[in-house]
Amino acid sequence: MSVSDNVIQISHLKFNRGERCIFKNINLSIPKGKITAIMGPSGTGKTTLLKMIGGQLTPDSGKVIVQGTDVHSLARAELFSLRKNMGMLFQSGALFSDMSVFENVAFPLQVNTDLSVELIRDVVLLKLQAVGLRGATSLMPSELSGGMARRVALARAIALDPQIVMYDEPFAGQDPIGMGVLVTLIKKLNQSLGHTSVIVSHDIQETLSIADYICILADGEVIAQGSASEIRESSSQKVQQFIHGYPDGPVPFHYPSVALMDELTG
Amino acid sequence: MLDTLAITGRLCIEKLAGFGRATFVLLHALLVWPQPGNSIPLIVKQLYSVGVKSLLIIVVSGLFIGMVLGLQGYTILVDFASEDAVGQMVALSLVRELAPVVTALLFAGRAGSALTAEIGLMKATEQLASLEMIGVDPLRRIVAPRLWAGFISMPLLSMIFAIVGIYGGAVVSIDWLGVYSGSFWSVMQSSVDFYDDVLNGVIKSLVFGFVITWIAVYQGLESVPTSEGISQATTRTVVYSSLMVLALDFVLTALMFGNI
Ligand SMILES: Nc1ncnc2c1ncn2[C@@H]1O[C@H](COP(=O)(O)OP(=O)(O)O)[C@@H](O)[C@H]1O
Ligand SMILES: [Mg+2]
Repeated sequence: MSVSDNVIQISHLKFNRGERCIFKNINLSIPKGKITAIMGPSGTGKTTLLKMIGGQLTPDSGKVIVQGTDVHSLARAELFSLRKNMGMLFQSGALFSDMSVFENVAFPLQVNTDLSVELIRDVVLLKLQAVGLRGATSLMPSELSGGMARRVALARAIALDPQIVMYDEPFAGQDPIGMGVLVTLIKKLNQSLGHTSVIVSHDIQETLSIADYICILADGEVIAQGSASEIRESSSQKVQQFIHGYPDGPVPFHYPSVALMDELTG
Repeated sequence: MLDTLAITGRLCIEKLAGFGRATFVLLHALLVWPQPGNSIPLIVKQLYSVGVKSLLIIVVSGLFIGMVLGLQGYTILVDFASEDAVGQMVALSLVRELAPVVTALLFAGRAGSALTAEIGLMKATEQLASLEMIGVDPLRRIVAPRLWAGFISMPLLSMIFAIVGIYGGAVVSIDWLGVYSGSFWSVMQSSVDFYDDVLNGVIKSLVFGFVITWIAVYQGLESVPTSEGISQATTRTVVYSSLMVLALDFVLTALMFGNI
């Protein structure tokens, strides 16, 4: 795979939060037009990684190159214009609670384009149609179910037709139907709009079923990457434990402690 | 001993760093101001939720405090047969002290806590992060209109408080206690000076409004994004701003009236 095929290129990324090391050394490339999944146990820094790509957090060292530019070398204004090429679906949906569904989806268009009111309206209706919620335009976020809120947020994330769409745990907390809807939607949007999708998730089966390329993070490092079948056949015990959900293995079930017998007998 | 020193040192550094961040927030939000077009409606909306919604509590408290002042003033002054001066007492204590200070304390409890909770919740639900990803600066979009609304509405609320309070004092002294209305108003008129009293009161309320809104917004932005974190931040807003108001009131009073 040549470098130009990669929309996002992360190299030697290091990041600490206070004393805690979140990323030791991350090297990762995300190919253009594909669905790439970033997986890993909770708290390994998947959301943090997405925020690095979006330039919301700055690494201690290392580089994040998006579409040929180093995100963290940009001035504020340049960064904001780079972000117009990125859509992000936050874990909680993050709809603006004082705006209706329509206004939420229209917002990125209003602040980032000079389109007329009629055109914005048409675009919003088309995006909402794509996620199946054209009938919900006048509802407020508080009136939506979790799955609907996430679909509205998805419509908002793709409002500007970004070249990269990042999904932070899109399936978390969804019922099986909502999950199925989202899985199909992400796949369909990726194919029809031709953008690059980055999915952060720990729902293994759903993610393996749609991702072209998978990368597993653990302990601040990439422990495995490859296609779904390569991951399934990986010989690494950590990977096997993670994708099969074994309770104990290289990642211990017990929080580090002294031996039980020692503690009981004092 | 060394430990205590280290802890004190770390605490001081943390506080200083916090103050630096708060100053950055303030300057950044305020200096990027003229952003014509869409900032006026945003400020108007905040004026409504910060100012107009605080009106009721301000009016009711002002009325009662004015009435109490009228009663107390009358019972003291009547012993010296100078109950005509009750108008002066009510007006001066309201305009100089009580209106700015009590309004500020109520404002901190009513509007300041709401600001902190709102911004904290926006942070917890990733609305601020998502604004950033859309390419909108939350300091401009969310923080700046709230700061301006706080700065503008606090002096107005304080003036309303004083006016309603004087009215309450007049009702009690003139209608209930039988003070002659002509002398009530004329003594008040001749004793209250526009620059020394009214303007100084307005300056106080401007300063208080500035400090409360600043604290409220900053605490919201810095809150730990959990329900516990937000409730702590809200409490901190009320405690810090009340203390700041009382301390600054002393400083300002000393500066304004200390040499009289
Ligand atoms: N604002 C923050 N301040 C301090 N630590 C944080 C903050 N956000 C996240 N963390 C820590 O960073 C680690 C990675 O978080 P996150 O990226 O959200 O993990 P994931 O999304 O993989 O579950 C977690 O252990 C979390 O405790
Ligand atoms: Mg996460």
